[in-house]
Amino acid sequence: MALEVPTMESAPPVPDTKISAKNLNVYYGDMHALHGVGLDIGNNQVTALIGPSGCGKSTFLRCLNRMNDVVDGCRVEGTVLLDGEDIYNSGLDVVQLRARVGMVFQKPNPFPKSIFDNVAYGPRIHGLCQTGTELKDVVERALVRSGLWGEVKDRLHAPGTGLSGGQQQRLCIARAIAVDPEVILMDEPCSALDPIATARIEELIDELRQNYSIVIVTHSLPQAARVSQKTAFFHLGDLVEADDTEQVFTNPRDQRTQDYITGRFG
Amino acid sequence: MTELTMAQRRRDSIDRAEKRLKRRRRAEARFRLYGLLAVATALGFLAVLISMIVVNSIPAFTQTVIGLEVDFDPETIDPNGNADPSVLARADYGGLIKAALRETFPEVTGRKEKRLLYSLVTNGAQYDLAKKVTADTALIGTRQKVWVAASDRADQLYSRIDRDDVATRGDDETLLGWLRELQRKGDIVSRFNTTFFTSGDSREPEQAGILGAIVGSGLTLLVTFLCSFPLGVLAALYLEEFAPKSRWTNLIEVNINNLAAVPSIIFGLLGLAVFLNFFGMPRSAPLVGGLVLSLMTLPTIIIAARAALKAVPPSIREAALALGASPLQVAVHHTLPLAAPGILTGTIIGMAGALGETAPLLMIGMVAFIVDIPAAVTDPAAVLPVQIYLWADSPERGFAAKTNAAILVLLGFLILMNLLAVLLRRRFERRW
Repeated sequence: MALEVPTMESAPPVPDTKISAKNLNVYYGDMHALHGVGLDIGNNQVTALIGPSGCGKSTFLRCLNRMNDVVDGCRVEGTVLLDGEDIYNSGLDVVQLRARVGMVFQKPNPFPKSIFDNVAYGPRIHGLCQTGTELKDVVERALVRSGLWGEVKDRLHAPGTGLSGGQQQRLCIARAIAVDPEVILMDEPCSALDPIATARIEELIDELRQNYSIVIVTHSLPQAARVSQKTAFFHLGDLVEADDTEQVFTNPRDQRTQDYITGRFG
Repeated sequence: MTELTMAQRRRDSIDRAEKRLKRRRRAEARFRLYGLLAVATALGFLAVLISMIVVNSIPAFTQTVIGLEVDFDPETIDPNGNADPSVLARADYGGLIKAALRETFPEVTGRKEKRLLYSLVTNGAQYDLAKKVTADTALIGTRQKVWVAASDRADQLYSRIDRDDVATRGDDETLLGWLRELQRKGDIVSRFNTTFFTSGDSREPEQAGILGAIVGSGLTLLVTFLCSFPLGVLAALYLEEFAPKSRWTNLIEVNINNLAAVPSIIFGLLGLAVFLNFFGMPRSAPLVGGLVLSLMTLPTIIIAARAALKAVPPSIREAALALGASPLQVAVHHTLPLAAPGILTGTIIGMAGALGETAPLLMIGMVAFIVDIPAAVTDPAAVLPVQIYLWADSPERGFAAKTNAAILVLLGFLILMNLLAVLLRRRFERRW
C-alpha cells in the first residue's frame, strides 16, 4: 500500500470524504490498467485527475459510477465507498448509483432530441417529477445552473444537436445535474471546445462546486490548476501523488510529478 | 557552386513532379471514364430488358371482345319459371352462345366448321353469362347484345388482322374471314383487359388474371413480415445490446451469417419436412409459404438490424447509461429509434427478396394451378413469381404476353417497396 501513503499521511485531512476508493485494481482482459489506487474525493471540492494518456485516470473516473461495467472484458477489484457504502456491493442498484453520480463526457453527446427532452430525460426515467409543470421547473433550474438558460429559453424544442459545441457540453452538464446528483464526473469536458467555451465551462465548474463534488479528468495542467482544489497525478496505472492542487503544482513530492508538470514527459 | 546544384536539383524535381502530376491526372480521367462506361452499360442493359418486357406485355393489357346477339331463351335458362338460382346457374349458357354464333354466321353448316366457329369466343363466356343472368333475372326472355371475350386464338389473329402473313395454320383463313366480317359490322373491338387485374389464374389465357397471385403474394408477405420482423429485430437487439460476448454468441453470429448464404431451395425442403410433414399444415398455402420465406428473411433482417444498431454512436448509449437508464431503457428510448431507419430499410429489402422468391415455394406445393382468389392464409394460393413461372411454361400464345405483364406487375411492386424503404429512411433519419 505504499502508493496510498502520501495521500493518507501527509495530505491535509479532507473535510468530509464523499467517495473513498481503496486498493482499486482494474484489468482489461490481461492488461492491468490500474494498480491498487486509493484516493479520497472530498465533498464540495473539485478533484482534478492529471497524467499522460493511457495512465488510467479515465479508467479510475469510470470506476466511480461503474461505467466500466459495460466495457467488455473489464474487471474491477477493490472497494469504492460512496458515503461509506461500497458501490461494488452486489446488492447495490447501478441505476440508483448513476442517479447519484452523474457524468459528463469528453465529446458533447446530447441525444438527438429537443433541448427540453435532453434535460428532462433523467428526471423522467427516475420519476422525479409528478407533473408537467414540475418537470418544466426542473429543466429550467438545470439549464439556469448550467448557464444555458438565457441562450436557449426561446427554443427549448429545437434539437439539442443544433447547438454549438460549447453549448452542447453545457447542455450535457444540465442533463447531468437535472437528476440532482451528489457527484459529477467529468471526462476531459473541454477537450473538444474552444478557449471561450472552455472558460465558460470552467466558470460553471467553479459555481457547481458549491453544491456538488466534482471529479474532472483533464489534459490541461493550467485548467487543473485553475479549477481544482485537489489534484491527483496518475502515471502508468499508478496513483503517483494526490494532494492539494497548490502543493502538487508548486512543490510536488515525486520526481515523476515534477517531470510531468514541468513538461519533461507526457 | 552548391547553390547552383541545389537550384538545378530543385528544378529537376519540379519537372519530374509535373510529369508525375500529368500521369496522375490521366489515370484519374481514365478511371472516371471506366466508371461512366460501367454505369452506362448497366443502365443500357436495364433499359433493353425493361423495354423488351414492356413491349412484349402490351397485348396482355388489351382483350378482344365480340358482340353477340344472345337470345336469353327461357326454355333453356329457366324451364320451371321460378328463377331458382341453382337452376339458373347450371343452365346451358354455352348453348345460347353457340346459337348466337350460328345466327351471326348462318352459312356455317359442317360439324367441323361449326366447332371452328365456336372457338371464336372463349369458353369462359358461358360463366360470364350465367353471372349476368343470376344478377339480373329480368334478362330472361329478352334478346341482348352481349360482349364476350374472344378466345386466345381469335385474339391473336385479330391483333394482326391487317397484316398479310397472319394465317399460319390451315383453318386460320376461315377464322380470319369471320373476324373481318365482324370487324365490318363493328361487332369486334379491342378493350382494356380488366379481367387481367380482377381474376385468378385460368387455363385459357384470355381468362387468366393476376389478382389471385397478387393477393397470394400479399398474404404470404404478411405472414413473412409478422414472423420475421419482430423475431429478427428482437434477436438483433439481444445479440447487439445484451448478449455477453462469449464463444456461444460468436457461434450464433457465424451461424446467422451462414444462414443468410444458404440456397433458398434448402429452406423450401426444410419447410416441406417441418411445416408440411411434421406439423401437417396445408399444402400450397400462404401460411406455409410465409413461414418458409421468413426463415429465409430472418437472417437478412438480423444482419441489417445489427448493422443499424452497431451504427448508433456508443456515446449516446453511454450518455443514457450515465444518467441511470437501465439497458432496456437505453435500447427502447435511444438505440432502437436511432437504428429504426436502417432496420426498416433492411426489412423492406428482405421482404422484397421474399416477394421475388420462387424456389422454396415450389417445394411446399405453391406451384399448383389455383383459380380461386385466396381469402385466408390457409387457402391454397399462387404467388407472383410462381405465377410467372407457370405462365412462362404454358404453351398457349396468349400466356407469353401475360408472363411479361406479370413480370411488370412484380417489378412494379418491388419498385414500390424500394421506394418505401427510401422514403422511410428519409423520414426517420436523424443526425447526431
